[in-house]
Amino acid sequence: MDSANSIAVLCKGLTKSYGSGNNQVHALCGVDLEVRTGELMMLVGPSGCGKTTLISVIAGVLERDGGECLVFGYDFKQMNPQEKTRYRGKNIGFVFQMFNLIPALTATENVAVPLIINGVKRREALDKAREILCRVGLSDRTHAVPAELSGGQQQRVAIARAMLHDPKLIVCDEPTSALDHETGHKVMELLREVAVGVGRAFIVVTHDARIFKFADRIAKMDDGHIISIENMRTDLSSNTKC
Amino acid sequence: MNFIAIKMLMGNRAKYLGIIVGLTFASLLITQQAAIFLGLMTRTFGFLTDTGLPDIWVMDPKVQYIDDLKPLKETESLRVRSVEGVEWAVPLYKGLLKARLPNGTFQACNVVGLDDETLIGGPPKMLEGRLANLRSSDAVIVDVVGAKSKLARTLPDGSRIPMRIGDTMELNDHRAVVVGICQVQRTFQSQPVIYTTFSRATVFAPRERKLMSFVLVKAKPGQDIHALCQRIRRTTGLAAYTRDEFKALTVRYYMKYTGIPINFGTTVILGFIVGVAIAGQTFYNFTLDNIRYFGTLKAMGASDFMLLRMILLQAATVGAIGYGLGVGTASALGLLTGSTELSFRLPWQLLLFSAVAVMLICAGSAVLSMWKVMRLEPAIVFKN
Repeated sequence: MDSANSIAVLCKGLTKSYGSGNNQVHALCGVDLEVRTGELMMLVGPSGCGKTTLISVIAGVLERDGGECLVFGYDFKQMNPQEKTRYRGKNIGFVFQMFNLIPALTATENVAVPLIINGVKRREALDKAREILCRVGLSDRTHAVPAELSGGQQQRVAIARAMLHDPKLIVCDEPTSALDHETGHKVMELLREVAVGVGRAFIVVTHDARIFKFADRIAKMDDGHIISIENMRTDLSSNTKC
Repeated sequence: MNFIAIKMLMGNRAKYLGIIVGLTFASLLITQQAAIFLGLMTRTFGFLTDTGLPDIWVMDPKVQYIDDLKPLKETESLRVRSVEGVEWAVPLYKGLLKARLPNGTFQACNVVGLDDETLIGGPPKMLEGRLANLRSSDAVIVDVVGAKSKLARTLPDGSRIPMRIGDTMELNDHRAVVVGICQVQRTFQSQPVIYTTFSRATVFAPRERKLMSFVLVKAKPGQDIHALCQRIRRTTGLAAYTRDEFKALTVRYYMKYTGIPINFGTTVILGFIVGVAIAGQTFYNFTLDNIRYFGTLKAMGASDFMLLRMILLQAATVGAIGYGLGVGTASALGLLTGSTELSFRLPWQLLLFSAVAVMLICAGSAVLSMWKVMRLEPAIVFKN
């Protein structure tokens, strides 16, 4: 499963709706999707088309209603809440639109959080966090709290946090929408440079067309469906629409 | 995760200080008002605490508390003395008499008449003079607080000269000479306490057929005090209580027939409500403010147990600090007002009581916060 270009995420007929009766909204209507290891898959589409719902289900933070969704061969639906939480902690990294850095913690401490959650000793986690902050170019800002960092710097801290525990899957929700064009560009370059690697899959939700060039494949969504998948790299085989 | 919890808590300075201030006030109000209440209640039986020698107090069966005086015939002390198991039994006079001061004003005083022969029932501590000096003519001993305040001589310029040994006053038109200054517990009514002999007290007191207030009894060594009380009751038809029983009877009376417990209880409850309203609500708001971060931690793999532990640690931290500051301030106020009329008593049981109250406030707010975090869907992290 972990070899290059093997399937990291496999969704078949995925459905999810919110509300009930007349107020029911179908967010996902039978989504089929494959994400391979070593690739950066972008989910694009208009607001409300189900992108965020799809990564929430894939990342195991939201229950699906129907269909199948395997992440590195594991089905969240078969796990109890504790197993699901543990699996997320070990295997999934998150990058959020608004960074979600804890305001009272320094950059190093924020980055160290996933390791601390996984039971690594605080000192060791902080040492590793400092190392990874150097890799994302923030060696001089390790003691800064989020309020003292620019948007781009905060997103780099968030990327470092998502990578620190070496997860197999990283999900990013609109990573550049809170940033200006230049900063967003740099953040995506950084993501490609340090995060995308063999054995790791990367899913980015965005509607920022300026960063499409960083994707290996782009899945276009509308109305809860994937309407097309576009191959941005010639070395990857194409996927068809659902 | 502990350091993350503490940093999250202290990182939001305004809320953190709000919670601490709320808990400090709650703890202060609960502790201080309860301490004053306890101090007042202790004063109601201060005279009993001072009179340590007798094991049993014998009185009219209708007596409800220490100052509820229903005089007995003096011969009752002889009847009590004859009960089996009694080592000694002596009469005691206690009454409220008017003292006329040198400047012509009157002051009500608690006059205590001790058995002429033994002087049993005397003050616990003599500061000047000796108890035996009561045997001299017209002799009285006054308590130091009364001597310095209500019995003090006021000069034309307003300054006060405390009553001293050798000074005289009139008790119910009878001359009395101060032969000693003693220290006693403050009384509930805060009147000066004057000790004299039983026979002299009956001279000072207005003429009545019966003048003895209590019979003080010492049990023979090895006697069961409660059994002896019952024997005295059975034999004489009088009421007989151990010192602790008489204290409890007195406190019960004040609790039942005065508004004191309600007044202080209201303030204690108010303190609790202040704690819940300010600290509890601020703590809950603090959790709501951080709900996105709790969601982020949950998404990143933090279990519910981890998050609950974080919230409990945060609640325990603010609880401990607020409790410490509140109790510390209450103690400081108690020390500062120790020499004034304000009654203040802070036993360890009261510290425990306020600790439990603060713990309840913190636990309540923590439970609300934990409920919120437990129900939190980690998918919240993707909502903007």
